[in-house]
Amino acid sequence: MTQPLVDIQNLMVEARTDSGRKVEIIKGVSFTVEKGEIVALIGESGSGKTTIALTMMGYTRPGCRISGGKVTLGGRDLVTMSEKQRQALRGTDVAYVPQSAAAAFNPAQRLIDQVIEVAGIHKLMPKAEARAKAISLFRALALPAPETIGERYPHQVSGGQLQRLAAAMALIGDPQLLIFDEPTTALDVTTQIEVLRAFKDVMRKGGMAGIYVSHDLAVVAQIADRIIVLKGGEIQEEGTTQEILHNARHPYTRELLSAFEPAVFQPHEPKDTKSVVRRPVLEVSNIYAGYGPLGGDGLPAKVVLSDVSCKLYKGQNLGVIGESGSGKSTLARVVAGLLPPARGTVEFNGRELDTEAARRSKEDLRRMQIVFQLADTALNPARSIADILGRPLTFYHGQKGAAREARIKELLDMVHLPSAIRHRMPGELSGGQKQRVNFARALAANPDVILCDEITSALDTVVAAAIIDLLKELQSSLNLSYVFISHDLSTVQSICDQVMVMQNGRTVELLANSQLPEGANHHYSQLLFASVPKLDTGWLDSLPAGFAATGN
Amino acid sequence: MSLKPMSRSLSLPRFGLRMSATGILASLVILFWAGVAIVGPRFAPYAPGDIVDFDFYGPISDQLWLGSDYLGRDIFSRIILGARYTVGISFASVCMACFTGVAAGMSAAAIGGWFDTILSRILDALNSIPSKLFGLVMVAAIGSSIPVLIVLLAVIYTPGSYRFARALAVNCNTMDFVTVARARGEKTPYLILHEILPNIIGPVLADLGMRFVFIVLLLSGLSFLGLGVQPPDADWGSLVKENIGGLSFAAPAVIAPCIAIASLTISVNLLIDNLPIKIRDRAS
Repeated sequence: MTQPLVDIQNLMVEARTDSGRKVEIIKGVSFTVEKGEIVALIGESGSGKTTIALTMMGYTRPGCRISGGKVTLGGRDLVTMSEKQRQALRGTDVAYVPQSAAAAFNPAQRLIDQVIEVAGIHKLMPKAEARAKAISLFRALALPAPETIGERYPHQVSGGQLQRLAAAMALIGDPQLLIFDEPTTALDVTTQIEVLRAFKDVMRKGGMAGIYVSHDLAVVAQIADRIIVLKGGEIQEEGTTQEILHNARHPYTRELLSAFEPAVFQPHEPKDTKSVVRRPVLEVSNIYAGYGPLGGDGLPAKVVLSDVSCKLYKGQNLGVIGESGSGKSTLARVVAGLLPPARGTVEFNGRELDTEAARRSKEDLRRMQIVFQLADTALNPARSIADILGRPLTFYHGQKGAAREARIKELLDMVHLPSAIRHRMPGELSGGQKQRVNFARALAANPDVILCDEITSALDTVVAAAIIDLLKELQSSLNLSYVFISHDLSTVQSICDQVMVMQNGRTVELLANSQLPEGANHHYSQLLFASVPKLDTGWLDSLPAGFAATGN
Repeated sequence: MSLKPMSRSLSLPRFGLRMSATGILASLVILFWAGVAIVGPRFAPYAPGDIVDFDFYGPISDQLWLGSDYLGRDIFSRIILGARYTVGISFASVCMACFTGVAAGMSAAAIGGWFDTILSRILDALNSIPSKLFGLVMVAAIGSSIPVLIVLLAVIYTPGSYRFARALAVNCNTMDFVTVARARGEKTPYLILHEILPNIIGPVLADLGMRFVFIVLLLSGLSFLGLGVQPPDADWGSLVKENIGGLSFAAPAVIAPCIAIASLTISVNLLIDNLPIKIRDRAS
């Protein structure tokens, strides 16, 4: 039997807290990776998947250290070797593709210089040769204009292209092991297909081993040979992709799988059936909006929304779906009064609202709340959860002292968080907890309408499913209406009565829930719906070549 | 592999705070100089103008603990008396400069538009006047007194502080949590005090430390030109300048005030880099 490429034995990683207490993050994990094999590490945020992946480069994040076990790469133990020896391995034997390529590139340097940097650091090859190799990698990764794309700067290429360039940067040193840390999580479904396909081709041709860290089982099913399911720093289940998908034994794995089953949608019928004329609680009419100075035609220099109209009925939900750049978040900003539109009106309960939030009445502001996608930036990192939740209570309802404290506990309870959490800072919560706090802040105002801007997109599937359940539960108890903005069809499908498909700032189609997804008539809606990864190992390969490219 | 555990750190568990040993040392030095500034003059062996040594640049001796200066005056007494000027004037000015600069900078970032443009241009104009020249003209016009020096130094260092705070606040202003607060209908004072300030306070304090050092240096420059603290009193900067000729004799008269300035300015910066951390633990 040949030696495996990576052999991890009883790995333990611990972290130290402010007061010097030690916390075990990884509690004795063992597994192997054979040459040319792609192993996926899957689990919710905080399960230790990235920490394990990083130990394969002999790296731990600041404040953490490997406290026990062995990590061998090609027979050499990364735990005991010196930092200098590890540095020699990084980039040549093992390379890393980060989650956010946008943050991994230096915005002030040309792409090609950054891609070939590894070759220079390790003195692998002369510069001209490295450039030629980079260009051949660009070609292999199906990047457009491989000869010249490297001359651009990071902001001049799209997110999907940047992610492939990050892979090229990792591949330049011909590593035996490539670590992908959620490389497609931040991408649109349509872009994700291109990127996954490029990765898969390159890995297959190069015969490289890979570690694919993800929380998305459907994505992993397309690319991995084996899946390791993690939770709380321990391996829950390990098996081939087929075994995990079809014969999962561990309850946590089943939970992950069940998050993919289409949730049952229950239409929200108006409670008061006697009223014949249904009036929308929120009506947006013929909105034109954008950024930059207004031109001669009264439109801004960069028009993002053109002639968008929609209606939201009391107690119902409107889904807005489309890829990034389609103007869905801009629509939410216009409705919330953060971006005054050039033309068009926003009516709330039949009354026209001022275009600017600063000139709307406190009562109007209270009744319509907005929740942003990234709870990391939407919660002030320097203030405690109690301060964050307490402010709208004081601001809108004038609550103070014990009443405010009691209401904060009640709100935390509503979003299923322990009340002790109120003393913490946002940085000390997990992604799912932060998003719950973010949502609880909107609830603190007692609103009628909540604008949810991609609130589940940054969360892993199980946590996102829990948030959606929470939204449904609160909707029925508090009689809320949601505008639910997302690029993920399955979440929209599970909660929205009507779905508006947007592309390039225009409404493509308005569909009722019962028409989803087969009832889509427009070509773009069909493409968007077909791009959602399926829990089937052959799904990616079954798509026709150039599938996603037909979208534009 | 990983960061070494912080080896030298002391806890103040009673206050739920933890401060590194460096920070504690720095704060002790600062407290020492503050104490000297307040009660020092009572213990100074000689008056600042007394000529007590027939030699100049005299060495350290029993009577003259830090030697004598270029006129034969006691350096030890002069440093103790100068602490009041250096610590007091600089501290008062730096607080004024940073308070106005940071408040204006955050307002400009949060309000934006014309307010920002006009305020920025006015302060840029002020910034473009050479600071020493501006000081000379103002002191010549108004006359030198301690309140004038404090306000003058504050005015000179406000534009820099404004620029710095504005740059930080502009970044912070575009964060989602500020947008959420705006969508809630919050007014500018709340945005500045509760949303922006807590997130920029670290760099602002570091800037304050740096500006403190600059003010100490500018004050000594003005004193050297005879426009700052008036003789026979002297701040530490002027002690260095008036005794600079003693450098070739390795006179303690020039070394001692240098050590005093260095110990104070370095301590201020070390303290700001090592402010007490509140102990908060995830699973407590």
